[in-house]
Amino acid sequence: MAWTREEMAARAAKELKDGFYVNLGIGIPTLVSNYIPEGMTVALQSENGMMGMGPFPYEGEEDPDLINAGKQTVTELPITSYFSSADSFAMIRGGHIDLSILGAMQVAQNGDLANWMIPGKMVKGMGGAMDLVAGVKKVVVVMEHEAKGESKLLKQCNLPLTGAGVVDMVITDLGVFAIDRSGKAPMKLIELATGVTLDEIKAKTDAEYVVAL
Amino acid sequence: MGKVYSDATAALAGILKDGMTIMAGGFGLCGVAETLVDAIKESGVKNLTVISNNAGVDGIHLGKLLETRQIKKMISSYVGENKIFAQQYLAGELELEFTPQGTLSERIRAGGAGIPAFFTATGVGTVIAEGKEVREFPNSPRFAGRKYIMETGLWADVALVHAWKGDTEGNLVYRKTARNFNPMMATAATVTVAQVENLVQAGEIEPDQIHTPGIYVKRLLHVPNVIKRIENRTTRKRNS
Repeated sequence: MAWTREEMAARAAKELKDGFYVNLGIGIPTLVSNYIPEGMTVALQSENGMMGMGPFPYEGEEDPDLINAGKQTVTELPITSYFSSADSFAMIRGGHIDLSILGAMQVAQNGDLANWMIPGKMVKGMGGAMDLVAGVKKVVVVMEHEAKGESKLLKQCNLPLTGAGVVDMVITDLGVFAIDRSGKAPMKLIELATGVTLDEIKAKTDAEYVVAL
Repeated sequence: MGKVYSDATAALAGILKDGMTIMAGGFGLCGVAETLVDAIKESGVKNLTVISNNAGVDGIHLGKLLETRQIKKMISSYVGENKIFAQQYLAGELELEFTPQGTLSERIRAGGAGIPAFFTATGVGTVIAEGKEVREFPNSPRFAGRKYIMETGLWADVALVHAWKGDTEGNLVYRKTARNFNPMMATAATVTVAQVENLVQAGEIEPDQIHTPGIYVKRLLHVPNVIKRIENRTTRKRNS
């Protein structure tokens, strides 16, 4: 037993607070928007130049001029504003966004993050990820605990970094870890996913952590 | 002197040369000056350095210039939608300067604003920082306690931008997320050429609503029937 993608997204949604401005990455993080609690106001930023992103359009109402950072068609809301890419990243770099939730290939126990490149194999690029992790107030990673039987939560990343010491929290299908970016305190395991044991986490985690359930 | 040109070939006449640097606006295929890029292809100009957030997709927009091997180098943040790009890059046939998206947009803004360089925390501790000057600002209440790397302003020979509306003075208005990189690129080239979906007379756009003042735009092309593509068409059902 472990959390499904939907359950991981629902857990990540607990990090939202009323009035937050939030940037969601592609993949599981996008699902977080389905779990914004009733009555809570959260504005979603899309780094291609939009604040206050609405849901997908109804069929037949897609607008090619209205897309999110994943190039998906979206809609606007009464709170929506549009701006240039430079203004968008001024918002991000300047620390005006409260929370970034994004995926990862690897996270290290000191908060290092790798999610943009596999040397010699994948040529895609970092997009806005390096700016987001360097500028947003709180960074939460949502990812599978393992890839092909290998732990993605490591003592040290071996893929090229997206940012050094930038992750505050990691939510995997097995549990939730808190990271002190300053490196003064060790990484903490603070929650177990449904039906997951401490032994299972221990067996599947390369990183060092203390149990603080 | 009129800024409006009759067709894309005329709008680019006399400003193209081999080895030049071109900025191409757009995010994915949203807000791209595809008619002008098609004319770049037709011109046969080669060994281009292209500054663009993305590299188009196969067979569309900048993807066409990759097929014809007119591009020597790309400065981009994300090129994941393009197989030809990956093939040419991994074969060593194409130079690539990956730049984080926010750093890219600010490098363009800086170039246009006459700022040779700036410092940012983006990319510190990553390969992006290699060879770059690192500086700390211990006396700044806002910036003390972190490291920053120096990034340089960008400038191009020609910028190709897309706007929703333009007037005969070159004043531009963008629409929704098709704005993206276009406003900064319009400021950061020797000659900026804008393709506009709607062309109106000077005075018809409310001056308070203008996004890019006409001083930045040297040439205009009216593209009333431009094809806009959607990369990922996502919808919801009406009864859900």
